[in-house]
Amino acid sequence: MSLPGPQDIVRRQLNNGIVVLVRENHSSPSVVVSGYLPVGAYDERPEQAGLAAFTATALMRGTANRTFEQIYEELESVGASVGVSGGTHATGFGTKSLVEDLPLALDVLTDVLRHPTFPHDEVEKLRGEILTDLEERAHDTQRMAGLTFHELAYPREHPYARSLSGYTETVSQLSRDDLAKFYAGGYGPQGMVIVIVGAVETADTLVQVEDAFSDWEGHTFERAPLPHVSRITEVRERAVPIPGKTQSDIVLGYPGPPRTAPDFLDAAVCNTILGVFGLMGRLGENVRDAQGLAYYSLSRVDGGPGPGPWRVVAGVNPANVERAIASIRTEIRRICDEPVGEAELNDNKAFITGSLPLRLETNAGVAWAILDMERYNLGLDYLRRYAGLISEITTERVQAVAQRWLSPDAYALAIAGPPAT
Amino acid sequence: MKKINGRSVKTLKTHRTQLSNGLTVLVKEAHAAPVTSFWVWYRVGSRNEHLGITGISHWVEHMLFKGTQMFPKGMAEKAIAREGGTFNGMTWYDFTTYFATLPAERIELALRIEADRMVNALFDPDEVAAERTVIISERQGAENNPEFLLNEELVAAAFRVHPYGTDTLGHMCDLETMTRDQLYAHYRTYYAPHNSLAVVVGDFDADEMLRMVEQHFGAIPNGPDIPPMNAVEPPQKGERRVTREGGGNVAYLQMVFRAPTVHEPDFFAMTALGAALTGASGLTFSGGGLTNKSSRLYKALVATELATAISGSLTPTVDPFVYSLSAVVRAGHTPAEVEEALEAELARVVAEPVTQEEVTKAIKQAKAQFAYSSESVTGQALWMGFSEVFADYTWFENYIANLSAVTVEDVQRVAQKYLKQSNHTVGWYVPNEQ
Repeated sequence: MSLPGPQDIVRRQLNNGIVVLVRENHSSPSVVVSGYLPVGAYDERPEQAGLAAFTATALMRGTANRTFEQIYEELESVGASVGVSGGTHATGFGTKSLVEDLPLALDVLTDVLRHPTFPHDEVEKLRGEILTDLEERAHDTQRMAGLTFHELAYPREHPYARSLSGYTETVSQLSRDDLAKFYAGGYGPQGMVIVIVGAVETADTLVQVEDAFSDWEGHTFERAPLPHVSRITEVRERAVPIPGKTQSDIVLGYPGPPRTAPDFLDAAVCNTILGVFGLMGRLGENVRDAQGLAYYSLSRVDGGPGPGPWRVVAGVNPANVERAIASIRTEIRRICDEPVGEAELNDNKAFITGSLPLRLETNAGVAWAILDMERYNLGLDYLRRYAGLISEITTERVQAVAQRWLSPDAYALAIAGPPAT
Repeated sequence: MKKINGRSVKTLKTHRTQLSNGLTVLVKEAHAAPVTSFWVWYRVGSRNEHLGITGISHWVEHMLFKGTQMFPKGMAEKAIAREGGTFNGMTWYDFTTYFATLPAERIELALRIEADRMVNALFDPDEVAAERTVIISERQGAENNPEFLLNEELVAAAFRVHPYGTDTLGHMCDLETMTRDQLYAHYRTYYAPHNSLAVVVGDFDADEMLRMVEQHFGAIPNGPDIPPMNAVEPPQKGERRVTREGGGNVAYLQMVFRAPTVHEPDFFAMTALGAALTGASGLTFSGGGLTNKSSRLYKALVATELATAISGSLTPTVDPFVYSLSAVVRAGHTPAEVEEALEAELARVVAEPVTQEEVTKAIKQAKAQFAYSSESVTGQALWMGFSEVFADYTWFENYIANLSAVTVEDVQRVAQKYLKQSNHTVGWYVPNEQ
């Protein structure tokens, strides 16, 4: 298998702005569609928190051509799935099916994206499901730690500070018309990207997508720039007591580099060293392995179009919270203060480039990589250049990126678990 | 050769062999991507445990990541990562398994590591002590989830003799008191070629791979006889009920029915019944599960706004286990209301046959799931090994054919046989903040 690249990814732009990318893979009779529209929680007001996600999910609840029951009867009868999910910057969508059922999956996808009706009863059912989920979240240590971390790490007016699914008080207030209005104002072809990967013939698929979407006219929201996010200069800590729990979840982190930042790959390498490599990198080795404090202790750098978080997460016994935080801070201090040794750096770089074939094994993996290349303007030859880009990263660059974004003494820290006794 | 979209795709067969030391080896070429997945399966899990050492198989699995002479602690996972691979282990009722998926030309490293730790894991006392808190932390993390808490009570009530009644994580008191020697003895008893299975799927030549497996595993001596597992759960003769109180303000309802094993003809009819009730069961390794919004119980419980989610599963196991249903009760409703609606729907499927369309749908869903799972060598190796644990790999290969033979009469027959009140155990999670 050669890496997906310009020689086997076909890219077309439709007249209304939609970018279509297709890559054939005939090893299995399946196909995935994956894409996004540039509408999301970015475009909702704080008092409407949850609107973008609610709207995206509600698209599947009925269209001008199909009821909710019909949508799922048709899809599930052939083992296919279609999903739409609202994010902060974008609303993602996808389908998965046997290739013989791609016409159906594309038809349902087109229908829900272009002709949703937001039936009143279905919106109310969905609201109840979201509200029950928010009740579950209130007692879920991982989710509450994550939510609280975002509130601490980002300015109040920043969309990253809010919950994507919203809050009981906001979701309760959203009306069916709010959803319809949000849809009408923000769902359109401009900026939409759709990727198809699987056992398809490219020419036929391009025609199918063109037939489905080329006459779509819709609007997109005007976006003001994101509020500025400053570097955290102090400790911002909050505990969320949840009675009856046996484990505490910790999130300690920072606003991080956007995917398009010049040092994003440096951050990716640094993060792999800190909390990914082998069984969760240095954090796994220290917090989990050497001290036995946690079942998991790892780190993630999100990237994304804005300053998404770079954070450490850990699940620990409530009695060990302070020790675990101290250990996490020790590892952050070490990666900021001490240059990473050449051998460790090379191991991590080898992992990042060597694991590329694994990440590109499935249709979904390839589709994700193509979406990434398109979304962040990396170029369709990016995967070919990837190993070279990683190999150029030096000890100095890893330390510099750690110092630029991380700090052992100034961070946002959320802890959700049983109340202190 | 088979045709996909008019193109010919070479279908490759599975080679099954047994080395002289008893190790069963399954090898299958798959050349879609330059990736190979290698697994070793041991026929030991919580099924082989008793009070005092519950959770021991899972803890032993953790200890196999704690070093041998050849690969001191941390070295194996680092070596795999350096080569761009993924590496993990998992423990279940009937098995403990370890796998690595690597760029194909580097797969021999995984064979070296697995052959080595089949016999040479150190179980250093200090490492055992450090891991005790990790194991306990894993259990505490699970306990944070109300659905785990309820399920643990429920399955314990469904099995009073068979070890399936105890979760693989084990009881806290055993995790606090088990000793290094107990762990090591468990390892030495069950980790041996004749109690294990090597599975390789990926981009290689089958004959060369078989030679490579022989080279790494062929000299490992056989172990002692495996202690017999004689527990037989007596038939259930009446409804059982449990209530678990706990934090939060969301209630849950779960129900389990004692179910047939994969060896019984009823299994595939039960699979089709499960698909009609709660949608297709997942056959993919990671994600990719189908929605179940056209299933009977979704319509009866979620579309009617009594619950916000319903799921079902029929897990293949060595000994008879359960068909289980799990619902999240919608705010403002009670487990009793959900149970009543659920019972009404079960009564309907017992009284009237499902439609041919529902059976056809289940078959098509399974075909799609198979196609999805075949995209990944890791997923294929998982299912080949998993099936070999409770039956043999042809069970997986014949899955679609067996499911396709199911009739609506079969489905009604198993509904009448298994979905009886006297055969079920019902559990309510009652939140104490409601």
